[in-house]
Amino acid sequence: MKAAKFDYEAPASLDEALSRLAENGGKPVSGGQSMGPMLNMRLATPDLLVDLRRLDELNGYSQGDGKLVVGAAVTHAQVEDGALPDVTKGMMASVASDIAYRPVRTRGTIGGSLCHADPAADWPSALTALDATLVVAGTGGTRRIGIDDFLLGAFAIALNEGEVLIAVEIPVLSDAARWGYFKFCRKTGEFAETICGVVFDPANDIRRVVLGALGGAPKRLGELEDRLGDGIPGVNGIAAAIDALDIAFEPAQLVMHNTAVRRALRQAFGS
Amino acid sequence: MSDSGIGARVKRKEDERHLHGRGRFVSDILLPNLHDVAFLRSPLAHGRIRGIDIPDDLKSQVYTAADLADVTPVRAVATVPGFKASDFPPLATDKVRYAGEAIAMCVARTRAEAEDMVDLLRPDLEELPAVCDVEAAVQSGSALVHEDWGDNFFLDAVVGGDLGDLEKTAPVIVEREYKMARQVMNPMEGKAVLAHWDDTASQLVVYTSTQVPHSIRSGLSMCLGLAEEKIRVIAPDVGGGFGYKCILQPEEICVAWLALKRRHPVRWIEDRREHLTAGANTREHYYKVKAFADERGKLLGLDATVTISVGAYSVWPFTAVIEAGQAGGNLPGPYAFGKYRCRTVSVATNKPPFTPYRGVARPGVCFAMDLTIDAVAREVGREPHEVRAENLVQPEQMPFTNVTNKFYDSGDYPAGVREAVEKIDVAGIRGRQQQGEPDGRLIGVGFATYVEQTAHGRPVFGAWGIAVVPGYENASVKLTADGGLEIRVGVQSHGQGMETTLAQIANTELGIPLDRITVIHGDTGTTPFSTGTYASRGIVMAGGAVATCCRELIPRMAPIAAHFLQCKPDEVRLEGGMMKGPSGEVPLADVGRAWYLRPDQLPEEINESGLEVVMGYKPGIETGVFGYATHAVTVAVDPDLGQVEILDYVIVEDCGTLINPMVVEGQTYGGAAQGIGTALYEEMPYSPQGQPLASTLADYILPGPTEVPKIRIFHTETPSPYTTHGQKGVGEGGAIAPHAAIGNAINDALKPLGAEVGETPMTPHRILDAIQAAKAKAAAE
Repeated sequence: MKAAKFDYEAPASLDEALSRLAENGGKPVSGGQSMGPMLNMRLATPDLLVDLRRLDELNGYSQGDGKLVVGAAVTHAQVEDGALPDVTKGMMASVASDIAYRPVRTRGTIGGSLCHADPAADWPSALTALDATLVVAGTGGTRRIGIDDFLLGAFAIALNEGEVLIAVEIPVLSDAARWGYFKFCRKTGEFAETICGVVFDPANDIRRVVLGALGGAPKRLGELEDRLGDGIPGVNGIAAAIDALDIAFEPAQLVMHNTAVRRALRQAFGS
Repeated sequence: MSDSGIGARVKRKEDERHLHGRGRFVSDILLPNLHDVAFLRSPLAHGRIRGIDIPDDLKSQVYTAADLADVTPVRAVATVPGFKASDFPPLATDKVRYAGEAIAMCVARTRAEAEDMVDLLRPDLEELPAVCDVEAAVQSGSALVHEDWGDNFFLDAVVGGDLGDLEKTAPVIVEREYKMARQVMNPMEGKAVLAHWDDTASQLVVYTSTQVPHSIRSGLSMCLGLAEEKIRVIAPDVGGGFGYKCILQPEEICVAWLALKRRHPVRWIEDRREHLTAGANTREHYYKVKAFADERGKLLGLDATVTISVGAYSVWPFTAVIEAGQAGGNLPGPYAFGKYRCRTVSVATNKPPFTPYRGVARPGVCFAMDLTIDAVAREVGREPHEVRAENLVQPEQMPFTNVTNKFYDSGDYPAGVREAVEKIDVAGIRGRQQQGEPDGRLIGVGFATYVEQTAHGRPVFGAWGIAVVPGYENASVKLTADGGLEIRVGVQSHGQGMETTLAQIANTELGIPLDRITVIHGDTGTTPFSTGTYASRGIVMAGGAVATCCRELIPRMAPIAAHFLQCKPDEVRLEGGMMKGPSGEVPLADVGRAWYLRPDQLPEEINESGLEVVMGYKPGIETGVFGYATHAVTVAVDPDLGQVEILDYVIVEDCGTLINPMVVEGQTYGGAAQGIGTALYEEMPYSPQGQPLASTLADYILPGPTEVPKIRIFHTETPSPYTTHGQKGVGEGGAIAPHAAIGNAINDALKPLGAEVGETPMTPHRILDAIQAAKAKAAAE
């Protein structure tokens, strides 16, 4: 498995990267943890790879206005290691620490993961639960888009040709906020069989229960979100909320998803 | 016991280079003008080849079956009655019979360029219905893998026969079905072959990642029509074999042919995707078992059908039916019962050709047999380990000839179970189960006991009538002029540690320090013939041959030493690495120096045969010496996720005399890790059209460091009376029992729910399905 021939450029600035992408129709890459295998298996055969990983505009963070703005090229390991201020009461660091393996985390980036949009990956579900907003740049300027509108399906996102995800805005959770995150993998580092992320922070108007690893974009369990804060929902309520998604799960999958939601809720509200 | 001879825990000599990254594997070998090969492989499981469109500018670099018309296809036959042969062409001719089968080879300066060429080829294939499901394959009207056969049976055979009136009289009858998933062996290094014509030696030199260099030479000679002395096969460092590399590979033939054709060095290095798809070639067994027992669970007889999805072709030399032969012959395992019938069905399917994998059928039969023992125990309401121990061959019955005529040479099988019961603490687990787990999980304990037939030779392989039958093992030893020792063996060491253990045997025989002993292997140009490393035969056969050579060396050295010691040769003895006479001693270096460099100092009447010895060896029994072990495991099952965690793992093993306990433990750990993969993770699923669905290691799940627990190994040593030092083979054993022990532990955990699993891998999905089925059954009752 050797990649087909391609050109590689690492522009010095975001503007340069955007103009290269606009001119040449290249493919952006950051950590390369998904792009690398896709190139080698020739599932991706771009003429040009534009490396965004070292761009200043996509690295680092800033905080203000009740949110933390995280550069899209920040690695999972940086999140795990506490290189960012903890505005999620430990949730993001906890999620990051369980992504794949450490070697993947040292290279893989939060923006790359969102743009790849693998349904079984962590950030799409976790950041949906956190009600993140994404900052997207194109040659015409930047725009902000809520994560619910950004994730369209399996490997499908609302990014236009030539646009680049440059940052992720995370709300600063209040002291009273509660969260839970449960993921089940067949082995350490594998993609998930089921994911559930729960964030409850009325001060920020966040009431979210998100089910992931569904084969498409993560789904919010609206029936449960409406009742968050009224005690832990019972088994039947959880089952009904998952049924309401109207997805045809295999029986075993359905058991796993129910378990994930139960355990994430218990983590959020259990004590 | 010396500090470096037999029984010593010495570190492996070969690890020095491996741990420093200085191993030399096929892909480390670079030669001037070396070209790379990439194969065009069939995208279909079954199809007729109408043609291949090759762009004009590539025609000098692309080869198809038409170019290889002078190559004899691989025809691996067994002489057992009813066997149907299949020609396995190195490149597909009229049909493709599995997804991944090689159709054409492209040669270029780099692998990437060769892959670019593959992408430009347009095979014109007419898709045919794929034969994937063994049940459907044996129905009349099924599509046929080989049309001229008229059906899809490689072989349909019966072992044993008379079950008497057990059907009417047996107090307890238990019926079960089991399935083993199709697996991929996944050695760290895949296949790799590099070939070039050596004008100096007038030889085709083939470096290949193989367990069996001498057999590969015979195979290549047969297919290429090139005399054996014109071929030299070298297996350099080999990164694991497991059976995957004990057969003649189509790619070996293609690359060897290409080197003859183009007269420059060419190589092909298998990548992981090729390995996972075209190399998914093992373990797929289906069992129907009916056990007859008395009220205490003592087995009276067994009636079984084993169906094996053998894939498209018969592999050389082990054929498409050795797996079934081993399954039918080994299903009774270590258990003593009187009546047995087993039908074994070897079914041709549109999947890669079945190849024996570490354990050869025994991982399947152990799973079927040991889960059945536990099912019987549950049926009669007794502790499974007690029922197991009572059903085993008892020590006072040894040596024992079982119902399939296997001769068990020595051992105390029930003692192994008793020790495992104590080490895993069954009493403690039963107490814990009564209390329940605070986290809601269910815990269970399971056992599996097996015998491992090792170093079996002529009577076993000869009975199948396959092309290569292991018989007499050769080795050579050479005392060097300065008193060191060179050992040459035809087996290949690719993880077994034989560079160390064979040296330990020589150290025990001759007293030469380990650092003065070099073991040379894996090269037909420099080593005596051996059929190779498989069937857990290395330490028994090559070890025996090395010992035999060493023993012959002593009388060769004695007259030389006697000359220096001024005594008679029969007064000289070897002790502590010195030749000792009545009044003094000489070091072996003096003997070597005199023979090689200063023969003028020796008297006329000295033996001219010299100090290089080649000897053959066979053990005192050729039906194999039987090691055995009991695996015991405690698991926790999460009934809401189907997740299994291994809490404790104990192995009590007996492989006779331990040549190096650390090497035995390494073999056992490695095998057990593979068995844990079989138990919980590894599976190559296929679409109904025969497409392999796990083409990366993200989909084909191997156990990693976090999935393999700390395994506690306990040794017992019952020396075999039939080998040079009482040693028995141990290479395969670790992989035979884990899935059976884990399956029994899961079923023990699920017992309160009335659920039971019997299909590998025992995934969360399968465990949840079993729980759901039990709930549905309970609701219906």
